[in-house]
Amino acid sequence: MPLLEINNLTKSFAAPSGEKTLIVDVPSFSLEEGAQVALEGASGSGKTTFLNLIAGILQADGGTIRVAGQEMTALAEPGRDRLRAATIGYVFQTFNLLQGYTALENVALGMAFGRGVDGPHALALLQRVGLNERMTYRPRQLSVGQQQRVAVARALANRPRLVLADEPTGNLDRHHAREALKLIREVCRENGAALLLVSHDHEILGQFEDVHKISEFNRAAALENLPAEQKGEGPK
Amino acid sequence: MSATPSIYSSPHVPRCGIGFMMMRSMRQHALSSIIAIVCVALATGLTISVVSINAQAYKVFTGGQAGFDAVLGARGSQLQLVLNAVFHLETSPGNIPWSLYQAVKKDPRVELAVPYALGDNYNGFRIVGTTEELFTKFEFEKGRKFAIAPGGRMFDTTRREAVIGSFVSRQTGLKVGSNFNPFHGLNFDPKAKHDEVYVVTGVMEPSNTPSDRVIWIPIEGVYRMEGHVLRGADKEFKPAAGEEIPDEHKEVSAVMLKLRSPQGGFSLEQMINKQGKVATLAFPIGRTMADLFDKMGWVNRILGLVAYLVAVVAAGTILASIYNTINERRREFAILRALGARRRRVFTAIVAEASTIAAIGAAAGLLVYLGILGVAAKIVQAQTGVVLDLMFPHQILYLAPLGMIALGALAGIVPAIKAYGTDVAENISPTS
Ligand SMILES: Nc1ncnc2c1ncn2[C@@H]1O[C@H](COP(=O)(O)OP(=O)(O)O)[C@@H](O)[C@H]1O
Ligand SMILES: [Mg+2]
Repeated sequence: MPLLEINNLTKSFAAPSGEKTLIVDVPSFSLEEGAQVALEGASGSGKTTFLNLIAGILQADGGTIRVAGQEMTALAEPGRDRLRAATIGYVFQTFNLLQGYTALENVALGMAFGRGVDGPHALALLQRVGLNERMTYRPRQLSVGQQQRVAVARALANRPRLVLADEPTGNLDRHHAREALKLIREVCRENGAALLLVSHDHEILGQFEDVHKISEFNRAAALENLPAEQKGEGPK
Repeated sequence: MSATPSIYSSPHVPRCGIGFMMMRSMRQHALSSIIAIVCVALATGLTISVVSINAQAYKVFTGGQAGFDAVLGARGSQLQLVLNAVFHLETSPGNIPWSLYQAVKKDPRVELAVPYALGDNYNGFRIVGTTEELFTKFEFEKGRKFAIAPGGRMFDTTRREAVIGSFVSRQTGLKVGSNFNPFHGLNFDPKAKHDEVYVVTGVMEPSNTPSDRVIWIPIEGVYRMEGHVLRGADKEFKPAAGEEIPDEHKEVSAVMLKLRSPQGGFSLEQMINKQGKVATLAFPIGRTMADLFDKMGWVNRILGLVAYLVAVVAAGTILASIYNTINERRREFAILRALGARRRRVFTAIVAEASTIAAIGAAAGLLVYLGILGVAAKIVQAQTGVVLDLMFPHQILYLAPLGMIALGALAGIVPAIKAYGTDVAENISPTS
């Protein structure tokens, strides 16, 4: 059984006009245990919404998402929170570190709501991402590259089976982006976590063997919902 | 020699419980947290002070401090009589003839009668002429008589000698052997100095009663003070030096009475106040003071109301200080939720933060109370000689802090509901 299995997933949002717009319409998608897959899609194609649905942050309108054998879509919010805490690590474009906490404390928070804080593991992860000398620094005292390394360590702190990465290199320059991506992939592999990464950056996507265009499996992203400049000519 | 510790001694990894996260949050919003804590401390201190000081004042001014059961004095207000003779405040309502003193002294219902003659002061401290019985027979508390500190002795009734209260000694610097000139009147007037020189023969041990603020001299001394006129008989009388004063010319300002039984007091009261026309008996002293407190009850109710309003304002400060941070913290809540924290946890953390601010404030409030009471006690002692107790046990000492914590928790619910409603997807990415 795949680690992640999605069937007939739909999600729509009410546009400012009040009209319902279908953003995600995925008939089928799956990810194997330990696999590393990149999703390519333009801005506004529903990548973030898709990841939020998988993480249980958003409630699907229809269809099923199974994560690690449990049906996320069948759970009420507290259940989805618990499943997310237990099996999913999330890396964001904006890192989303907590400013009031040190690097080490941020990593510890990654476990606080799941298995509970495992001090040695947190220290080992920070060491692994090369920040053993910056453990007691606050996010503001770190460079953006270092901040994203903390975020990677935090995402893996709870030993998740699935790591979701939403344009994790979007705020980094070329050099640091490449470094960060390499680190994410290595650390996920070392920890036996599958990686589902979304990006619109071709340089990043080029590093993956397994790249899916979101328009291939998200019917909602195919054409009609994209902003005009991305639709190209459009149907006549 | 000794094993070198590793260069990087591992930093402590917190367990990230509610308490830890709360302290981090309070540190991040230190200024508003501190302002709220100060408000709560002031509110708690104020509430405790109002209630405790009032309870103590009621107890000491209506309770045992007097030692005497009744005061006999000039016809007039019982309250004025008590304030004047027992607490050495207020003006004297006038004098009564010596014969009345002797009559009550012989009355079988009276156990002890001590005369007071007023009229002079030293630097504002009252000089009271009295008899030795005040020191030899009178008990201001059960089993406790006024005592003279070692090195001093009782005044000789035939000399210009004085025994002074401990507070007087401390404030004026008068000691055994010091000389002083009395001043005429109950209020200090530097121009009204008497020529007589008195010598201090004794300083009283502190009794924590109004008597600590008094200078005691022989009652004859008051009669013989230059410029004093005795109006006990129909015509005025000024004793010449060495001349014996006939009893009919003598007057007293008040007679302090210790009664054999309360029933005796009631029948004396009946006789003096209802049937008589010359004098007033204030009895029981505690009842007279309680009447005063009851009349002043509205002041206390207003003070209490103010204190409770301040407590509500303090709770409002907690509410506002946390509420104002919720918007800037939404992203933080969203991140925590994305890490798997449940809504309930966010809610609890906010209520816990509000309660903690209230708890720290309430604890600090106890210190504020000690500060206020310390100042109040000094003022009350200077004004009345009565000493308030810093450790006075009163249920408000724990009711006010507990109430404040409950109010704080309640105040936390409003911002907690706001935090609870944070939408993760909307707040996880910066809106730009
Ligand atoms: N809460 C929402 N309400 C209304 N529209 C939304 C909401 N969230 C996302 N959308 C819309 O859904 C589309 C996809 O958004 P998103 O998943 O963030 O795309 P991507 O991450 O691929 O850039 C966008 O057009 C966006 O405007
Ligand atoms: Mg996105």
